[in-house]
Amino acid sequence: MVTFSQDKLDKVAEIISHYPEGRQKSALLPVLHLAQETFGGWLDVPVMDYVASLLKIEPIEVYEVASFYSMYNLKPVGKYMFEVCQTGPCMLNGSDDIIAYIKQKLNIGIGETTADGMFTLKTVECLGACGYAPMMQLGKHYREHLTREKVDAIIEECRSKAN
Amino acid sequence: MSRKLLLEKAHVEGIRHFDVYRREGGYRSVEKALQMAPADIVEEVKKSGLRGRGGAGFPTGMKWSFLAKPEGIPRYLVCNADESEPGTFKDRYLMEFIPHILIEGMVVSAYALGSNKNYIYIRGEYAWIADILEAAIDEARNNGFLGKNIRGSGFDCEIYVQRGAGAYICGEETALLESLEGKRGNPRIKPPFPAVKGLWDCPTVVNNVETLAAVVPIINEGGESYSKIGVGKSTGTKLISACGNINKPGIYEIDMTITVEEFIYSDEYCGGIPNGKRLKACIPGGSSVPILPANLLLTTAKGEKRLMNYESLSDGGFATGTMMGSGGFIVLDEDQCIVKNTYTLARFYRHESCGQCSPCREGTGWMEKILKNIDEGKGAMSDIDLLWDIQRKIEGNTICPLGDAAAWPVAAAIRHFRDEFEWHVKNPELCLTKNYGLAHYADPIHVPVTA
Repeated sequence: MVTFSQDKLDKVAEIISHYPEGRQKSALLPVLHLAQETFGGWLDVPVMDYVASLLKIEPIEVYEVASFYSMYNLKPVGKYMFEVCQTGPCMLNGSDDIIAYIKQKLNIGIGETTADGMFTLKTVECLGACGYAPMMQLGKHYREHLTREKVDAIIEECRSKAN
Repeated sequence: MSRKLLLEKAHVEGIRHFDVYRREGGYRSVEKALQMAPADIVEEVKKSGLRGRGGAGFPTGMKWSFLAKPEGIPRYLVCNADESEPGTFKDRYLMEFIPHILIEGMVVSAYALGSNKNYIYIRGEYAWIADILEAAIDEARNNGFLGKNIRGSGFDCEIYVQRGAGAYICGEETALLESLEGKRGNPRIKPPFPAVKGLWDCPTVVNNVETLAAVVPIINEGGESYSKIGVGKSTGTKLISACGNINKPGIYEIDMTITVEEFIYSDEYCGGIPNGKRLKACIPGGSSVPILPANLLLTTAKGEKRLMNYESLSDGGFATGTMMGSGGFIVLDEDQCIVKNTYTLARFYRHESCGQCSPCREGTGWMEKILKNIDEGKGAMSDIDLLWDIQRKIEGNTICPLGDAAAWPVAAAIRHFRDEFEWHVKNPELCLTKNYGLAHYADPIHVPVTA
């Protein structure tokens, strides 16, 4: 049974209080973020159904939103997800090399997860860090001015955090 | 050195926090505004000539004056912080380093528009910036600049931060409102415009981060004084986010009187191109605006030096000019391939198309595939004409401007760099290991002498 802890339920109530009476559906995006963080980094169907019940909307209203926005994962992902930008300005500064290096280093393709469930590699479109290219998103933060050495260090950092 | 209105205090230590921001003169505009009639504030913004800084450049005061005010129905102010146009990262800088300037501008604007509940819709990936904004909002509330009856004025004002979840289309104002209502980001058919029927069907103003921040100096110094900075209809200062092949990528606040050449080569700004390479091309206003070769970028077709402002950048229309757009300034050096660059942008627009309108949903996919083929040496000469044809059929045939935004970069690349595309087709193997290079793209343009 999927349920939020009491403090997360309080957070949901706080988010709903931002909107006028009866407009609790507006809380859908923030609550999906919260659900994804809480339930293993992706949105399984029971999780989406739970969110629908919390906001008193139909499950389909949640599915159609979850499938529209690229930040919601509809499949399991690794503990650490490397989301590497590949759009114009990052490409001009060598993002193709960084992506190729990560593929080779982790021995996975784009959209794949390492066998130990540790890393997922995803390519993304412009994240608004064009002046600090190449870059990737890792969890809540950006890692910028990437080089092969920096990628090595990030992988080490993730491994040591996981231990 | 041009005057700074937004970033003047950006480097003061601790400016992210209320106490320092207030000590440096922050929130004076709120105190001043609360002594004024809301209509007079709208008037000041009109006088300032401020144009929307998100990309469209629509006069802000005029947008505000369209807001419907039916009795008993709430009105809303929504800040568009869904900065996603490739090349653009200026709003991020403002929010990350001086979040209070946005909060201050929003309180003044909310008072002018009569909006008690206000929202900042920020792109989901800027997750840590949402935290910074929420901390700033708490500080402002604790100091009486947000909440009930602010500064004893009788005006209640709340600001809420809402994160998106990865969709460029939500930067389009009606898609943003749909998203804020908890739906897919599908743009609405206009009219009705948000000023009449916006968030939850109530009258709504949607303004960009930089636009709302600019309200602070406008109220502090007066609309007329603001309008004297800059030139013509390009008043005030503009944030430019500079990236690509330059020595000093970053955010620059300019008054719109400097030349493009000075912006690229002066040490005060981009500091020139690394490794002594030459300028090949530039997309000066975010990825949607037409790319120009070096010669047309630095000099208009009339032979005048091009300036960094709305009018000069668009001089010559799309035939020989471009647009100010969002101020996302992307520089390409002589080693860059225009086909590859255009391909990555086409891929971006295909990824971000919401799928509502067939010309955009299908057309962006076709353009991406064709460009990928040409880039990989698998293109045919007829593909170039096909690309031209597809982009023409997308432009103007969609509910929202994403269709145009996807069409323009492809059109401009073919218009100005057609021989580079042809070279790719004619040299399918060579193009995999070598670039077309600078070619003639920086050569002076012959300007016909008119009598």
